[in-house]
Amino acid sequence: MTNYEDDKDHDHEHDHSRTFQADHAEPTSDGARIGLALRELLIEAGHYTAEEEQTVIAAMQDASPRDGGKIAARAWVDSEYKKRLLDNGAAAIRELGYEIEPYEFTVMENDASTHNVIVCTLCSCYPRSLLGMSPAWYKSATYRARVVREPRSVLTEFGVNLADDIDVRVHDSTAELRYMVLPERPVGTEGWSEAKLAALITRDSLIGTQRDLVLS
Amino acid sequence: MNAPLFDVGQRVRIHDRTPAVHHRVPNYVKGQVGTVERVCGMHGEPEKFIRGDGNPRQRIYRIKIQQENLWQEYQGSVRDCLEVEIFEHWLEAAE
Amino acid sequence: MNEPWGPHDLGGQEGGPVDLAERDTAYWEWQIDAMIRLSLKKGLISDFAELRDGIEQLTQDDYDQCSYYERWAKSLAHTLVSRGVVSDEQLTKQIENVRRRQEAGT
Repeated sequence: MTNYEDDKDHDHEHDHSRTFQADHAEPTSDGARIGLALRELLIEAGHYTAEEEQTVIAAMQDASPRDGGKIAARAWVDSEYKKRLLDNGAAAIRELGYEIEPYEFTVMENDASTHNVIVCTLCSCYPRSLLGMSPAWYKSATYRARVVREPRSVLTEFGVNLADDIDVRVHDSTAELRYMVLPERPVGTEGWSEAKLAALITRDSLIGTQRDLVLS
Repeated sequence: MNAPLFDVGQRVRIHDRTPAVHHRVPNYVKGQVGTVERVCGMHGEPEKFIRGDGNPRQRIYRIKIQQENLWQEYQGSVRDCLEVEIFEHWLEAAE
Repeated sequence: MNEPWGPHDLGGQEGGPVDLAERDTAYWEWQIDAMIRLSLKKGLISDFAELRDGIEQLTQDDYDQCSYYERWAKSLAHTLVSRGVVSDEQLTKQIENVRRRQEAGT
């Protein structure tokens, strides 16, 4: 049913170019049916209730890039906070009341000569508690496969054309850390309130697939 | 907490091995030499945990590897780099 | 380079352009996500590592053809069946129930 190999065999050749389905599935797919059936069995057996499920879903849906934006905006207006955020992300984020256990949190700062971008090549780890659900492309095989090897061409596909004198740092989130990019504060925002600044900050700028923020 | 074996800036090599069990080291960094960018905290060692061998905690480091060392045909700046989290038991000091 | 341990280890492979289309998470995907979190909270599984291990043991074809939440669903089902939390027969029967209901549009 789940089509596991009986005996893991590493001798076969892997193609370098594989064909992946788009990361999109209907509830009528085999995998979805397995999941939905399992869910019904677990609820029926009393392992959890439909109410608990709804509470968990509501909490997950509540997280959004607005939270990451608020943290970044605080760093823009408060240089002491920014220092703490870059030094120990988890502690600085907790200061603002966000719960990100059990992960460590690393915030990487973009500046005039550096651009940071985040990926998880092994599975799609993502700072869900601060950015909400990850975008489909972040989970896609092509993003995971390519951004570590050809970050500049992948960024071009997102509309980010980096000059040669800007260095790219790619962060592969492989273990127990989670990452967020601190984008550059746009010029022309001097004197803006923290809330107005936070509203400028997009999900993609916090992942690193957007560089310049647009003044609204 | 065990004292870290490696310091920030130290050159280290990532082991080139593939245990037939869940592990969190991507293939493309195995055998590579990089520098310690940051010493992180202690976390459960996935290989032992999955084998039912307890959940011993190991130090994690962020390792910075130059892109031109990773990919022969790399297109970009010589300063471009990749950073990855690696458990201590996957690292050894490099020249 | 070594052979990778599983079909999940994609870093450095070649591929076409990234599909940038935004897609809302379907309700069944939220339900799978919640099931995983609740299975952890209730101790049916003890760590995400168990689910990752299950995903890494999918065949390459199965991995490549499944979407993100299908892989999680298959891995959790594999783990919970192998632990006896649910039986293979129960699950097979319930999958059939789900299919029938979906096809009847109820």
